[in-house]
Amino acid sequence: MKILALDSSGMTAAVAVAENEKIIASYSVNYKKTHSQTLLPMLEEVTKMISLDLASIDAIALAAGPGSFTGLRIGGATAKGLGLALDKPIIAVPTLEGLAWNGWGFDGVICPLLDARANRVYAGFYAYRDEDIKVEMNQKILGLDELIGLLNEKGEKVLLLGDGSEVYRKKLASGLTVPFVFQVPQMRAQSAAAVAVCALKYLREGKACTADSFVPDYMSLSQAERERNARLKGAANESVSG
Amino acid sequence: MSDTLILAIESSCDETAAAVVKNGREVLSNIISSQIDIHTLYGGVVPEIASRKHIERINQVVRLALSRADVTLDDIDAIGVTYGPGLVGALLVGVAEAKAIAFAKNLPLIGVHHIEGHISANYIENKDLEPPFACLVVSGGHTHLVIVRDYGVYEIIGRTRDDAAGEAFDKVARAIGLGYPGGPKIDKVSRQGNAQAIAFPRAKVEGNEYDFSFSGLKSAVLNYLNGCAMKGIQVNQADVAASFQKAVTDVLVSHSMEAVERYHFTKFAIAGGVSANSALRGAMEEACAKRGVAFYRPSPILCTDNAAMIGAAAYYDYIRGYRSDYSLNAIPNLKLGER
Repeated sequence: MKILALDSSGMTAAVAVAENEKIIASYSVNYKKTHSQTLLPMLEEVTKMISLDLASIDAIALAAGPGSFTGLRIGGATAKGLGLALDKPIIAVPTLEGLAWNGWGFDGVICPLLDARANRVYAGFYAYRDEDIKVEMNQKILGLDELIGLLNEKGEKVLLLGDGSEVYRKKLASGLTVPFVFQVPQMRAQSAAAVAVCALKYLREGKACTADSFVPDYMSLSQAERERNARLKGAANESVSG
Repeated sequence: MSDTLILAIESSCDETAAAVVKNGREVLSNIISSQIDIHTLYGGVVPEIASRKHIERINQVVRLALSRADVTLDDIDAIGVTYGPGLVGALLVGVAEAKAIAFAKNLPLIGVHHIEGHISANYIENKDLEPPFACLVVSGGHTHLVIVRDYGVYEIIGRTRDDAAGEAFDKVARAIGLGYPGGPKIDKVSRQGNAQAIAFPRAKVEGNEYDFSFSGLKSAVLNYLNGCAMKGIQVNQADVAASFQKAVTDVLVSHSMEAVERYHFTKFAIAGGVSANSALRGAMEEACAKRGVAFYRPSPILCTDNAAMIGAAAYYDYIRGYRSDYSLNAIPNLKLGER
C-alpha cells in the first residue's frame, strides 16, 4: 500500500510518501513562505526524487484539522484536486492524532496540543499500547487551565508536543504536578510522515472518504456564524422572558 | 490547428465556478454554484464562510463542468485559474485545486487576473471582437476604464477613487431597505421609479477626467434619506433607486464616451457584474449608437463572476506561451496587467 501524505495545518508544510511500513520520502519546510507557495513545489520535488508514479498511490492522506483555517484549506484543496485528477480517496487524519504518532513508545499520556489563542488549546490524549496509538480523549478545544487540571487528575507522566507546547511552555511547566517531558524539536511539529503512518492504519480499517466529500475539520465555526448564533440565542431568550 | 480546451476555475468571491472553453470563444460548459443565500443572512459576503463553501463544492463543480462539456481531464489542454484580485482565502481554494489538477495530469497552468476574465467575457459573446477596444469594467469591487491594446495588454486610463460602482449599489440598496445584493434589486425597483425625481450629484474628479468617485453620491443619498426622516416625509423607494441609478449611469456613460472620442475608438465594451444593469446597458448602447461606435456586452450570465470568462482569458495567455508555475499564489490586490 502506498500513501501520499500532506500536512499544512500549522506553520510547517510537509509532504511524505509511505510504502507499506516504510517512509520513502519526507520533506518538511517551516519558513516564511506561505503553504500556497511551498506545498505543490515540494510535492513536485518529492515526486521527481523518488520517481513516483502518482497513479500507483492508494490514497492521499491529510492532516484534516484542527489547524490554521487557511492552511487546512490549502492542503484540503490540494488533496481534493489530486484525488479528483487521480481518482483516489482521501484519508482524513485528525491533526492531533497524527501528531501523537510522534510519541510512539512513550509510557504515559501523549498530549499533542495546538495553540487556539487566548489561553486555549486544541488537545487530545493518546496512549502507546499494543503496538498502536490509542485515542484516550478525542481532540477538542479547551482552556489551558482545564487541560492542566485534566492531566494532573490522570496522574500519569505526560509527553507534550505540538506548537501549543512551545507557546504555553512556562504555564504548562508551572501548572503540571505530574512528571512531564517536552518533545524534542525534530519530533515536536506536525509531520507528514506521521500522518502517512497513521493513515496506513486508517486505510486498513477502511476509513477513507471520497475526494469530493472531504472537508476540513475546523473544529470551530467562523466568527460571523458564532456572532450570529449568539444574536439569535439572545433574541430567543428575550422573547421567552418577554 | 486542433482545438484547444481549457478547464477554468474561479473562486475569487462568493461563486464557486468551473467551465470548459474551446478555443477561447466557445463555452462547452459553465457551472456556477452561488453562495448568495448564505451570505444574504449576513448582509454581505463573509470571507471565512465563502472560503468554507468553496472547498465543500469545488470538486463537484469541476466534475460537473467536465461532464456537461462531455469531456474528461484527458481531453483538456490547460488549466486556467483566477489568482487575484479577490478574497485571499476564497482565491486560495481555486488556486490549490487548479495547481493539484495541473500537476497530477501534467497540464500547463495559467493564472488569470479576474478583471482580465471579465473583459474576456466579451470574446465569448462577440465572436468578431478583437483588440484594440475600450472597455468599462464595473463590478462590486472594481470600476475601471481600460484600453485593451492587444490580447493580455491593458492600459487603465480611469479608475474609482473610492467606492466601486457595485459597492455603491449595495450600500444604497441597504439604506433604502432593499437588502443584498443591491445591484439587481435596484435595477428592478428603478423600473417603477422616476429617475428625474431627485437631483443627485454627478461627481467629476480632479486630476484625471476619466476617474470616478461614488462616495459623494452615496452620501448624498444617505443625506436625502435622513432629511426626509427628519421632516417626516415618506420616502419613495423606487424614485430614490431610479434617481441614484441614473446618477451612476450618467457618470459611467459620460466618462466612457469622452474616452471613446479622445482615443478614437470604434469599439466599446462593458464587463463585470454591474454591466448586467439594464439601465446602464441601455444608456451605453444609445450613446455608442449616436457616435457610430460598435457596442459589445456579455449576456448577464457572463457579466457576473463565472469561470467561462477565465477560460477565455487563459486561452489567449496559453497561445502566447504564458505559463504559471506551481508556486502560483493567490494575490488579493493583484493589479491588471501585472504578473
